[in-house]
Amino acid sequence: MSAGTAPSRGGFRRLLRAEWTKFRTVRGWVLGLAIAPLVIVTLGLVAASGSHTSCGGPTDVCPATPVGPGGEAVDDRFYFVHRSLTGDGGITARVSSMTGHIRKPDVTQGARNVVDGVVPWAKAGVMVKDGTRQGSAYAATMVTGGHGVRMQYDFTQDIAGRPGGVSNGSPRWLRLTRAGDELTGYESADGRHWTVVGTARPAGLPDTVQVGFFVASPGDLTVQQADFGGSIQQSRFTEAIADFDQVAVEGETSGGAWERDDIGVTMEPDGSTPHHPGGFAQSGDTYTVTGVGDIAPLGDGQRIESTLSGLPAGLVGVIVVAVMFVTAEYRRGLIRTSLLAGPRRGRVLAAKATVIGTVTFVAGSAAAGITVVVGTRILRSNGNPVLPVNTFTELRVIAGVAALAAVSAVLAFALGALFRNSAAAVTAAVAVIIVPHVLATTSVLPVGAAQWLLRLTPAAGFAVQQSIPEYPHVISYYAPSAGYYPLAPWAGLSVLCAYAALALGLAVVRIRRRDA
Amino acid sequence: MHATIEVHGLRKRFGQTVALDGMSFTVSPGHVTGFVGPNGAGKSTTMRVILGLDAADEGTALVGGRPYRSLRTPLTHVGALLDAAALQPSRTARNHLLWLAHSQGLPAKRVDEVLEQVGLRSAARRRAGGFSLGMRQRLGIAAALLGDPPMLMLDEPVNGLDPEGIVWIRGLLRSLAAQGRAVLVSSHLMSEVEDTADRLVVVGRGRVVADTTVAELIAAVSRDRVRLRTTAREHATTVLSRAGATVAGADRDVITVSGLAAERVVAALTAGAVPFSEVAADRATLEEAYMELTRNAVEFRAADAEAGR
Repeated sequence: MSAGTAPSRGGFRRLLRAEWTKFRTVRGWVLGLAIAPLVIVTLGLVAASGSHTSCGGPTDVCPATPVGPGGEAVDDRFYFVHRSLTGDGGITARVSSMTGHIRKPDVTQGARNVVDGVVPWAKAGVMVKDGTRQGSAYAATMVTGGHGVRMQYDFTQDIAGRPGGVSNGSPRWLRLTRAGDELTGYESADGRHWTVVGTARPAGLPDTVQVGFFVASPGDLTVQQADFGGSIQQSRFTEAIADFDQVAVEGETSGGAWERDDIGVTMEPDGSTPHHPGGFAQSGDTYTVTGVGDIAPLGDGQRIESTLSGLPAGLVGVIVVAVMFVTAEYRRGLIRTSLLAGPRRGRVLAAKATVIGTVTFVAGSAAAGITVVVGTRILRSNGNPVLPVNTFTELRVIAGVAALAAVSAVLAFALGALFRNSAAAVTAAVAVIIVPHVLATTSVLPVGAAQWLLRLTPAAGFAVQQSIPEYPHVISYYAPSAGYYPLAPWAGLSVLCAYAALALGLAVVRIRRRDA
Repeated sequence: MHATIEVHGLRKRFGQTVALDGMSFTVSPGHVTGFVGPNGAGKSTTMRVILGLDAADEGTALVGGRPYRSLRTPLTHVGALLDAAALQPSRTARNHLLWLAHSQGLPAKRVDEVLEQVGLRSAARRRAGGFSLGMRQRLGIAAALLGDPPMLMLDEPVNGLDPEGIVWIRGLLRSLAAQGRAVLVSSHLMSEVEDTADRLVVVGRGRVVADTTVAELIAAVSRDRVRLRTTAREHATTVLSRAGATVAGADRDVITVSGLAAERVVAALTAGAVPFSEVAADRATLEEAYMELTRNAVEFRAADAEAGR
């Protein structure tokens, strides 16, 4: 007869092993947790295979989207007046006027309805850039249509200076200097008293760069709610026109006349006529530059997480298995046997939650890994432009989706332990995890309500799959239906974790207090 | 370690119903203790309290001197069979025992040993959901034996067993006690435990009404009542009446004799040359004594139920 008391240190490990044995010896649960990833992979890959994009033209191949120094897709279109600068130096210029045109929705069918004005993120300023290739590193100090003076670099970075616009009565002096790898942006109201806006270290700036002044003007975005859910987004043509004078370049420059480039201008179908070109005019020491386009990260288009359309369906499967893992014990009275084997009840629940969470994490990793990697490859091979992300982000999306599945499973499990009834627990888990996400992302709800759902409910955890961040300095349709979650990826997952922890805590309290 | 189950002053209410009303008894090692009483007397509740599943409002229950919940590998201290139907139907018998073994740090070899011991080796890899009640009882007993525990508690283990199974379990229980284990076996039928148990704890209405041995109980209630099997019924009646006994006919070949000790009955019959095939203490009286002991409990319960309507 064995009589000794085994050391309690191994107690939890023994419970984990027992719960793992329990899980793997019920074929229905193992099958369920194998089918859920299959659903995610199959739906994702089938949808990717069915998605094709073609851009017409002789080759039918879409032009490559420029990629910024950080690996992100970017919009890099502006009018640049520049010359080369080797080594340290800088540029100073005064912006004395900024005006523009905005095309509004047609009032009369077919008649262009263009009004005067500048959009808030129209930009005019001085820039240092690694050549004129789209997507190359840069830093710029600028005045904007509605956001005052800014210093921006490498597309994703934005530093605010003083607010206020530009007019003839109140011009703005801008200066950008290079010292080694560091660029410093300054502004001044009078050309004598200078204020530092910010400093920047653009990625891999070479010794010789292009220095000059530029104008850009992003499209005017309007969003209309459609009658039957969804939204219609339209980005209309705008252009900005800025006057630069008192331009001075310091350092070892190429000298001579300014070079002019309408960077990134698109061509009409004939292939040679620019579509919405920028422009340049000189009058004495005053240069008038017209610019169209934007210098900013790109947020529109398919993303790596677009392949995860089967995720909600897969999660329903995960929820069912996680709930059954505990409610089956109550239904059969087996919970008493479990508590005889492990009288410390909180530990029994913790061991079960750990097992279902771990198993789901592994299954989720496989599902998300295969779907994202293979699905993205299929999308791209079908000509679809998928917004590129760096490896770290891709791994975060995959691991994050696995964590989303695992924590959802723990929450569902805890609800099962609380309700002790499969139907009630599955319904509750689907209602708090899946339903808010579906409501919020299919635009049946107004954007504000959708965002609150994704902040307050466990569905906030879906934020972890968002691969393209929201940029305050880029106007876009930042709505859940467009793939933008109101919380940052890990913050959203934390909300889900908090709900899971709360439910598990309540389940532990309940199982401790009640007779089994 | 001492393998004694001690229950002292357990009280528990479920709402208005008193389930345990000062339940106290001790189960000693080396004996099979029968835990008998009518349904609802508190047997299962007492067992659940001992096993830490239910909490008593008052009183203590110790296994080997410790509360069950303080045990780290409890199945190596106490083996229990509460509900043989508590199984995941799609899990095989062997896997059911395997997770239990893992929970106690026991090797898989032990699983195969107990499956052999309860006669389920050939059914080890079958789903428990397809088991008959008798097979489930055997599986439950295997689970109780898994940790080779010095104490065993079995709630109605005979339920659903076929005659062969009943014989088997009686032998098993006796041999477990002979190995020095404390064995507590509950039943609502005296007949199920009287041949197996040498000690009896009779309960009614949540408390112990008799804590005794089977022999003592028989002696106490049968006194001079003897069952006699004879083909010469009238002759026997005459002889025994003359010897001072009261005789009642029980069956065609059986008469009940009271007022005369068994040895004097035999002497009188022999002297009168009456043929007989069996003289025995009246076993029916054990059942009657049990009924008598627990009648109040049953009657009050019925009255409660009436009043509650």
